[in-house]
Amino acid sequence: MKQLFVFIRKEFFHVFRDRRTLLIMFGLPVVQIILFGFALSSEVKNIRLGISNAEDVSSRQIVNKIKSSSYFLVSEENISEGVIESEFLKGNLTAVLVFPPQFSNDLLHAGAATVQIITDGSDPNIAKTVVNYLTNIITAYQQESFGVATGYRIVPEIRMLYNEEGNGSLNFIPGVMALILMIVCTALTSVSIVKEKELGTMEVLLVSPFRPIWVLIAKAIPYLMLSLANFTVILLTAVYVLNVEVKGSVPLLFFETMLFIITCLSLGLLISNATNSQQTALLLSLMAMMLPTIIFTGFMMPLENMPVPFQVISNIIPSRWYFLIIKSVMLKGLGFEYVWKETLVLAAMTIGLLTIALKKFKTTL
Amino acid sequence: MKEYVIQCKDLTKRFGDFYAVDHISFDVEKGEIFGFLGANGAGKTTAMRMLCGLSYPTSGEATIAGYNVYTQQEKIKQHIGYMSQKFSLYEDLTVLENIEFYGGVYGLDIKTIKARSNDLLRELGLMPEAKKLVGSLPLGWKQKLAFSVAIFHRPQIVFLDEPTGGVDPITRRQFWDMIYKAAATGITVFVTTHYMDEAEYCHRISVMVDGKVKALDSPATLKADLSAETMEEVFYKLARGAQRSGD
Repeated sequence: MKQLFVFIRKEFFHVFRDRRTLLIMFGLPVVQIILFGFALSSEVKNIRLGISNAEDVSSRQIVNKIKSSSYFLVSEENISEGVIESEFLKGNLTAVLVFPPQFSNDLLHAGAATVQIITDGSDPNIAKTVVNYLTNIITAYQQESFGVATGYRIVPEIRMLYNEEGNGSLNFIPGVMALILMIVCTALTSVSIVKEKELGTMEVLLVSPFRPIWVLIAKAIPYLMLSLANFTVILLTAVYVLNVEVKGSVPLLFFETMLFIITCLSLGLLISNATNSQQTALLLSLMAMMLPTIIFTGFMMPLENMPVPFQVISNIIPSRWYFLIIKSVMLKGLGFEYVWKETLVLAAMTIGLLTIALKKFKTTL
Repeated sequence: MKEYVIQCKDLTKRFGDFYAVDHISFDVEKGEIFGFLGANGAGKTTAMRMLCGLSYPTSGEATIAGYNVYTQQEKIKQHIGYMSQKFSLYEDLTVLENIEFYGGVYGLDIKTIKARSNDLLRELGLMPEAKKLVGSLPLGWKQKLAFSVAIFHRPQIVFLDEPTGGVDPITRRQFWDMIYKAAATGITVFVTTHYMDEAEYCHRISVMVDGKVKALDSPATLKADLSAETMEEVFYKLARGAQRSGD
């Protein structure tokens, strides 16, 4: 036990004397979470909108409503239909709202009127969002002016549950957590073990009475502790900088995170067994972990839209399960009874990886 | 009566059809400096790994410090020290931290570590450098420190795997003074080297060729037997017929 303590102390010396590792460990996550949180927002703001033919009372009222929302910049108040396309081509406009002649008249007397929304479909995501915003504003106007009871209109009321404001960074936070923990834990663990091989100190440790399995434990414990500290930093950044509310139980979050960290550590051990140089270990951890994590975790691209083989592959990516768990606990406030299945999958993966890593480690000695 | 700390008989390591180590037998006395020579690929490292308890022999017998290489590897590890050509110190740890770490790994208590590291630093003249990072020390000092660390837990045998690679002749000479001093205290030194002048410093040497021990005696006797002027010539005459070479 005392030997283990001596070893762990040594590992901390390594970490705290290596500025680069410290920076990667604690600087990178904060920078990433802030970048992802602010830059990767799916909200569309400052939409340049042109209005055509808003000449009567009702259309003016709608335009005023649009102007008062924070999403639109009405750049052309009265655009003639002939120049709409050329304005789109020049990139001056993102969308145009065209009112027909007699809009008020149709609406008040015929009981129905149409408006046309034209958007720049070359970016479908933005176009869809713009259509949504405009439709919402028009629907709201209709309700205010005529009440819901008039006629037989079906008015869908849209609510984005667990994220009422459509805050884009919400979904990214658990994703970035998974990504960072995966990369940091895996890379740092594998590098720290391979470093001993490179330096020749591993040989000396193996000749010493210190048991090989203890080398692994002694390596794992400091990185487990550091990763938990790291997670705390990420969580605090998310809560206080990005205003993400943690809805579920924090101890549960920590428990699940610890499990995931152990998964990553096992993966790191496995990589360190397979390589003999620090560069290879780092490259393997980064390349082999980063891309699958980004693609198959589902926080950037929805897994549901992927071809079936990809969806199947995504099941073997540990971060996918962790992402699901964290999303449920943190954003939806669900308890353990809702995530035990995912937890079980993650635990099984961890045990599998750890077993392979330990077996391989023994034979390479 | 002579006291042997390393005894091996027909020790063999086979990988498939390949005999990396082919029935080697020798005994090493307590306090002896035993040179273990051989061209690259002759099987030195494989043999040494078996003696250190890092791998199991395919057949044959060996006892190290009285412990069986098959059944008592853990005991063997307690009683041997090891130093490789890579020096095996942590460059980002201070001199004292390195000593304390290795002392701790061998299970020495803090009091013993404190006392011994004081003696050690004084002897090496490293007292003023105790709190400096090992990475900032010159190569020669690192090497001397590595050797002192390897015998810090007072092992019965210390295995040195090409300990003087890349070091200048003067430092090498000083290093061998340390080896003699250690041997005088009863520590057996088992050393591999490619420097033939170093081979001359050994009490006895063995020359391995193609997995077998081709010759084993004191440097003087070997030179006489092969009517050679230098150890260089002895080595050349013995290793000339080698089938295996390179790594």
